[in-house]
Amino acid sequence: MKPGSIAIVGAAETTELGLIPGLSQLGLHADAALNAMKDAGLSPKDIDGVACAGQSPMEVAWYLGITPTWADGTMVGGCSFMLHVRHAAAAINEGLCNTVLITHGESGKSGIGRGGFGGGASTVNGQFESPYGIAGPPSMFTIPVLRYMKDFGLTHEELAMVAVVQREWAGKNPRATMKDPITVEDVLSSRMIAYPFHLLECCLVTDGGGALILTKAERAKDFPNKPVYVVGTGESVETPMISQMEDFTTSKAFRVSGKKAFEEAGITHKDVDHLMIYDAFAHLPIYGLEDLGFCERGEAGKFIAAGNTRPGGKLPLNTNGGGLSYMHSGMYGMYALQESVRQMRGIAPAQVPGAKLSVCHGVGGMFAASGTIIMSNEQP
Amino acid sequence: MAAPRKPIPQPTPETQEFWDGVKAGELRLQRCQEAGCAQAYFPPRPFCPSCGSRNVATFKASGRGTLHSYVINQRPAPGFTGPYAIAVVKLDEGPKMMTNISGVEQTPEALVLDMPVEMAPEEASETISLPIFRPVGGGA
Repeated sequence: MKPGSIAIVGAAETTELGLIPGLSQLGLHADAALNAMKDAGLSPKDIDGVACAGQSPMEVAWYLGITPTWADGTMVGGCSFMLHVRHAAAAINEGLCNTVLITHGESGKSGIGRGGFGGGASTVNGQFESPYGIAGPPSMFTIPVLRYMKDFGLTHEELAMVAVVQREWAGKNPRATMKDPITVEDVLSSRMIAYPFHLLECCLVTDGGGALILTKAERAKDFPNKPVYVVGTGESVETPMISQMEDFTTSKAFRVSGKKAFEEAGITHKDVDHLMIYDAFAHLPIYGLEDLGFCERGEAGKFIAAGNTRPGGKLPLNTNGGGLSYMHSGMYGMYALQESVRQMRGIAPAQVPGAKLSVCHGVGGMFAASGTIIMSNEQP
Repeated sequence: MAAPRKPIPQPTPETQEFWDGVKAGELRLQRCQEAGCAQAYFPPRPFCPSCGSRNVATFKASGRGTLHSYVINQRPAPGFTGPYAIAVVKLDEGPKMMTNISGVEQTPEALVLDMPVEMAPEEASETISLPIFRPVGGGA
């Protein structure tokens, strides 16, 4: 890091130490955080970066009412917090955030509310979502969409068109898992998984992997293949519980992450040649197009149905076929990044001619987190 | 072999009052006591998620709200049989809460968005009742 460029301006421990039977593990994080904020004269609204270990930064940020533009859940055991300090210094110097809160809480003796993200009957998810029969992402990620359909008039046919268009892209990709063309009728007559979602509106379940290597741009030309430059980045988290999403028709994490990335890259929507939006389910490209600012609220369904994102359309979207048709191993973000790199190198199976700028937008959990990477094959 | 049971919440010190409330037939929410904030919120925690103040109090809520969104799950889940709605209600006091809707057919036709609902707790164990909701007036 740049020596002397970063200062610690607040520091505190939990109000009590020793045996603390009155707080869950998440509560210990919050108690320490509130004390540190008081020490610094800050409130949660002043914090825009969150790092923690042993608890998800999605839980900690949401619980405290923080909307971060930088989150770090690096977990390497007891020295995680040293790494958080170092990562935070780099993030602040890079302008990813201004004010970072690093928290630790561990109910090591009392064992209250332990279990980490999504696990354990005493976690927030375990208490306030699991009892109602949630059966994995198909019955959770999908919950907001009826609200969107009623508020904006999105039809079942328009939702189905997301899957139809992505299959068109997959048909051009020899590595896609599902390549045969499908129709709206095929989608709507496929097996119901969780109303209003049919099988073909849900992502595949496949095996796979991917990797990326990054270095300084000045070294980029020393390597055998065409370099792809990272020109903008964004991230945020909202809530680990789908039921606590602020607005069921728009993702706060998407909006914050996308805005940050576009600002960093200094680009407008007209500059974008190629777009990837993580599509675990058919409504995600709709939310993504709107929350990234490509479409007005309520218009993305019609935008896709009108053919704007299909091969030959003005905004090529999910050109590998996406999680709906290409592959989905569980954490699909790596494959979206790979397709953006291929498009920027000019080697994608369904190559967008002359594409110079690619926006790659990911989701984590169920609208719980978001990350946006903007790439270019031209050095800014 | 006993049939698999629904997951049963395990309260923490911060949420015990909420679960005691449901057991007693009450929906208990919390509200920030700072002038100029006064935000009602859920899930329970000993500080306001809107402003960070620790000056908060629990109150008895109306137990009423509207059906905000849902899915009708077709896949198996422990303790559930047949297609069932996993719903989110918007409480009259503002916060949203996941739940199930009882006393009504689990179909898109019967589950109409924005219909008024009220809490009708269902016993899950000796110590826990779940804040299940039903249509106000027994539904359509």
